[in-house]
Amino acid sequence: MSEKVLMKGNEAIAEAAIIAGCRHYFGYPITPQTEIAAYMAKRMPKIGGTFLQAESEIAAINMVYGASAAGMRVMTSSSSPGISLKSEGISYIAGSDLPAVIVNAQRGGPGLGGIQPSQSDYFQATRGGGHGDYHMIVLTPASVQEMAELTIKAFDLADKYRMPVMILADGTIGQMMEPVSFDFKLNDAPEKPWATTGTKMQREHNVVNSLFLKPADLEVENMKRFERYEIVKENEPMYEEYMTEDADIVLAAFGIAARVCKNAIKKARREGIKVGLIRPITVWPFPTKPFEKIAETCKAIISVELSMGQLIEDVRLASGGKVPVTLCNRVGGMIPEPEEILEEIHKIANGGK
Amino acid sequence: MNYKRLTLICGHYGSGKTNIAVNLALALKKARDNVALADLDIVNPYFRAKDSIDVLEKNGIRFICSEFANSNVDLPALPQEIYALTDDKSLSAVIDVGGDERGALALGRLSGFITEENDYEMYLVINKYRPLTPDCESVRDVMYEIQNACRIPFTGIINNSNLGRETTADTVLNSCDFANECAKRLNLPLVMTTVEDSLYSELKDKIPNLVSLDIKRLLDQTERNGLE
Repeated sequence: MSEKVLMKGNEAIAEAAIIAGCRHYFGYPITPQTEIAAYMAKRMPKIGGTFLQAESEIAAINMVYGASAAGMRVMTSSSSPGISLKSEGISYIAGSDLPAVIVNAQRGGPGLGGIQPSQSDYFQATRGGGHGDYHMIVLTPASVQEMAELTIKAFDLADKYRMPVMILADGTIGQMMEPVSFDFKLNDAPEKPWATTGTKMQREHNVVNSLFLKPADLEVENMKRFERYEIVKENEPMYEEYMTEDADIVLAAFGIAARVCKNAIKKARREGIKVGLIRPITVWPFPTKPFEKIAETCKAIISVELSMGQLIEDVRLASGGKVPVTLCNRVGGMIPEPEEILEEIHKIANGGK
Repeated sequence: MNYKRLTLICGHYGSGKTNIAVNLALALKKARDNVALADLDIVNPYFRAKDSIDVLEKNGIRFICSEFANSNVDLPALPQEIYALTDDKSLSAVIDVGGDERGALALGRLSGFITEENDYEMYLVINKYRPLTPDCESVRDVMYEIQNACRIPFTGIINNSNLGRETTADTVLNSCDFANECAKRLNLPLVMTTVEDSLYSELKDKIPNLVSLDIKRLLDQTERNGLE
């Protein structure tokens, strides 16, 4: 597929996963990620893959666990309430050092909430979500093209670090249609000598497990895992800077919120207000460096998000209290208009803090 | 255009059915008095004809739609008013059917009435740039799946090939062979090619039966936010 095609964000994730070599998809339906499952259901049988609609989210994530233990590239997808159900299994996957790709097309919460877009699963995604000490790498696409690109990257990162990777999207990017190019340079999937592929009587058994009978052993495993997380934090933060060079006011936003921010910035610049944007693309590991740096030169940061203020905590930590960080948000499935962000920019520019 | 009493718009998910249905309803209103647009989508809770309700009401077009469309109630529900489409023969209507065979299933409830009255057109909307319908074989599969689900034979094809905001005149021109080939292979007339109004004047002498679509009036939330 070298020519561009017109796709929904959810479809782009599904096609990219197939290109990345994913041949096993297990899921349970929920709006607004349904197109991922629908696309997999149509495509997987034609390419010798498995599409399986499980009896529940919990069953689906445990199928992911099994296929991953057997060395397969595997994916599941859901939306906010379904991710809560999957969180136990994600913790098991992390505790067993297994790669897996999990998509969360976020919707409004808490509870059943609504089916419109949201970013209010940020804490759940970046702090773990399930029980125990663990992290996922969390990627936040802001366009349909990035939905595809970051899906390919998600499989590579999951295999490289043997850990779950979440694509933290939202209902809007999942549903919107944009042209996409699938012209990717693919990396070979690494060998998986740890996978439970059968000994053929030629090697010791491989064991995939998150249970440790001796507390001292569990402590060692946890410490080792966090050493690996340090490497991820060093190597993998991704972000985009937009018009930050001379910015007095810097917006912090990811995903769909960042796109609205760019329009607000253009309007502000036309009025002569110097505004820029730092867009984290990974939110774990969080790109702290650009915020550390900008806090030395800018006057204020505004965290623009579709939640009651979750990203803002990481922005405050990274900017080290050097500049005021304020919140500009809409929730419950609402998306801010560029004018609302501009209003917040005016407030800050006019000295109101 | 020579309108039948009912115009049914079907096709692959995301092929542009709703935009076309709303535009056709507006055009139909210029030719007829008593006009309705019916949204029969039971699959997709987003990007519904309801986004255009202001334009429809302003133009005096009756809008028949599940009260749950565009709400947080994600139910595959049909409005009781759909029977007006078959009972009230003074009504002319455009019917916006849900995507793929799953969406067309809802139309099956009306198939007996529609085929018996036989005053309908049913158009298959195609977009060459959608990844699952890039060639005539896949278009044919979609066509048969829809026909089997709703039990009404198609009467024509609408070529709505586009790449969203990146659509140029060439995008459309490069789809004409595909559309003609589909029409030939499926033994259906290519009744129109649709383009956004900004491309219309550039293409109107190059493509027969070109129809201009007013998309800007049908803005969804994403567009309203000026996302680029």
